[in-house]
Amino acid sequence: MVTIILGMSSNKKWFSLNLNSKKAESEDTCGCGKTSGGCGSHKPAIGEEAKKDGFDQVFDVKMDRRTAFKQLTASLAIGAGAISTSCSVISGDETKEKAQIDWEEQFKGNYKLMTNEEKNGTVERLVRSYQLRTGKTISMSSKNAEKDVLFGYAFNISKCQGYMDCVSACVEENNQDRNSQMEYIRIHEMKDGKGFNFNEADDNYYHEVPAEGHFYMGTQCFHCDNPPCIEVCPVQATWREDDGLVVVDYDWCVGCRYCMAACPYDGRRFNWSKPEVPEEEVNKNQHYLGNRLRKNGVVEKCTFCVQRSRAGKNPACVEACPTGARIFGNLLDPDSTIRWVLENKKVFRLKEDLGTEPKFWYFMD
Amino acid sequence: MRRIKVFGSLVKDSIDVITHGSKKYHIWMAVLSFVMLVGMYCYSIQLDEGLSVTGMTDRVSWGLYISNFTFLVGVAAAAVMLVMPTYVLKDVDFKQAVLIGEGLAVAALLMCLAFVVADMGGPSVLWHMIPGIGVFNFPNSMLTWDVLVLNGYLFLNISIPFYILFTRYQGKTPNPKIYVPGALLSVFWAVGIHLVTAFLYQGLQARPFWNNALLGPRFLASAFAAGPALIIVVLAIIRTYTLFKIEDKTLKKLAMVVTVAAQINLIMLISELFKEFYAPTHHSESAYYLFFGLDGKTALLPWIWTSISMNVLATVMLTFHKLRNNFRVLFFACVMLFVAIWIEKGFGLIVPGFIPGPYGKIAEYTPTGIEIGVTIGIWAFGAFVFTMLAKTAIKIETGVMQYKNKKST
Repeated sequence: MVTIILGMSSNKKWFSLNLNSKKAESEDTCGCGKTSGGCGSHKPAIGEEAKKDGFDQVFDVKMDRRTAFKQLTASLAIGAGAISTSCSVISGDETKEKAQIDWEEQFKGNYKLMTNEEKNGTVERLVRSYQLRTGKTISMSSKNAEKDVLFGYAFNISKCQGYMDCVSACVEENNQDRNSQMEYIRIHEMKDGKGFNFNEADDNYYHEVPAEGHFYMGTQCFHCDNPPCIEVCPVQATWREDDGLVVVDYDWCVGCRYCMAACPYDGRRFNWSKPEVPEEEVNKNQHYLGNRLRKNGVVEKCTFCVQRSRAGKNPACVEACPTGARIFGNLLDPDSTIRWVLENKKVFRLKEDLGTEPKFWYFMD
Repeated sequence: MRRIKVFGSLVKDSIDVITHGSKKYHIWMAVLSFVMLVGMYCYSIQLDEGLSVTGMTDRVSWGLYISNFTFLVGVAAAAVMLVMPTYVLKDVDFKQAVLIGEGLAVAALLMCLAFVVADMGGPSVLWHMIPGIGVFNFPNSMLTWDVLVLNGYLFLNISIPFYILFTRYQGKTPNPKIYVPGALLSVFWAVGIHLVTAFLYQGLQARPFWNNALLGPRFLASAFAAGPALIIVVLAIIRTYTLFKIEDKTLKKLAMVVTVAAQINLIMLISELFKEFYAPTHHSESAYYLFFGLDGKTALLPWIWTSISMNVLATVMLTFHKLRNNFRVLFFACVMLFVAIWIEKGFGLIVPGFIPGPYGKIAEYTPTGIEIGVTIGIWAFGAFVFTMLAKTAIKIETGVMQYKNKKST
């Protein structure tokens, strides 16, 4: 079964609507031309978002119960505010630049539909904006999917001991909100002899592990090849990239949370308030579609650490796992470990009957 | 040119009508305005702090707002129950009531849009949804279908009554050739808005509680019970407080509509209960949670059992001609039915869809004060809009407010 699926996948005949058919001539580089790691020349924009939220909120107060057209008017008003600031003689150059960036960021398009130049443009603005606001420089990539890469993940249930190092590594790597303790990964502690009984499992334990008579398994976004969540998004703010990653454009998301209702795997998280990461803990190696700082009222999710995986590294959870339960790699590379696992182990996926085609397999030794 | 003049005069007269009235009217509007202000204040807190001020979480990511949205789509759709007999079947009994019904539909639709906006994490980027300027994921996302049908229905329900009132205002008789095609279209459209809204939930394989072929039809049945029930109550209030004549016959016919719809709704409820509990599967857990509680978590029990008792009681009362034809009983039954279906389509439908979660986690949902404040504010907004629309319409229909052509010449 698995081999069949893989065979198909190498011919790109996965059971999926490839929304991103535009294709990847675009390729690897971020603005600076480096293909891996941070290029160090761009920077992201967290405080920027905070500022924008401020604008939004001021205007939203007056916007109670109006339709989308009214919202547009408000957006224009924000822009007008930015313009008036940028034209003001009194304000300093930096203020003007900030206003200019706010203006352009407010009216930029959907990242999915951007050309490479536009992608670089927004990344540069975000980096500069962060610099203006905090004085710190971050590196942000807009690296596209590479050709002949399809990411997949396998989880060894026999090995996992429930240490949750993956969970903390994920939070640190991906700049998740510390206040709400947002976590992409959930580790389910299950009782031996009960099989995969999620109902009786505990995904919120605080005792010493491994606990006697229990086994552990982790769930996160499975990066389905036929993801229900992307179909329901009214604005295409979330989509499947050519390397199989299901990503979100945080700046395009309107926060309706329809995707959360549509996900059968509890893979998505929402920023119920403004996410906060202490400045010294911010991971400054970022990707536009990955761990850049988020804002209030948008959906986010695991991206298989796009900032790492597209730079040829393993996701943070794989690297952090002390037991080697997590395996990540390119499904189209016949020599990859993930391929070896799929071909030599009895693998299965969760809720296969839903037709979602997760690229996340479980197996046992 | 003349039309513009007439229109200008209509607007002026309407403002005049809206701003003048009895003491009771002014108190009513003042109370609504106050509640709206409270709602806006609550909403401003929500904008400031984020949706964390609501009871929603990652586990139950839709709550009171979407519940009310769903219910109100049904109320809006129910206007069709008046439109069809009046315009299409030429039943005069409903003629008086139909403009009121359409006014109710407009108010309900505006409330729907308000609830959706209130639920959005980023209301300032809603322009991303405007076709042409943003990216409109049509036809894949049912939400985009919903945006189209709701706005289309809003347009129909504004334009048809406007045409009729505009001609009456000039003392002329509306031309059926102009408004009947629109009315006919709105009949199909009303079914469409409710089915599309049901499909929004029905199409999610992730939520077995919603992923159920009966959901759409049951939406329609409950809407055609709750909507006309509300219209009956509103008409009763209007005929008590204004000169607008509504005959008993009209109310009785409407009561018949409510009764049949409520009966069908009950049959579907029984069918659903049978399916969930005769041979319960893993997919019946949400229903178990809703009706009996799971793992000692029972937050929805009082709601759903109140709803079902009221629903059954009201339907039984309506079924007996003697009881139904007694207006006191009728109004009481209508209020009960309305509340019962509000609970059923809100707490009884949206919330249990998320409980238990995809991995069996039972995290309960309780709306916060701020959430309730915004919700009540939006309801007050709807009542405010409806009062203005109805007041103007009644003045025109009764001939009190008319274009004073002769005076000016």
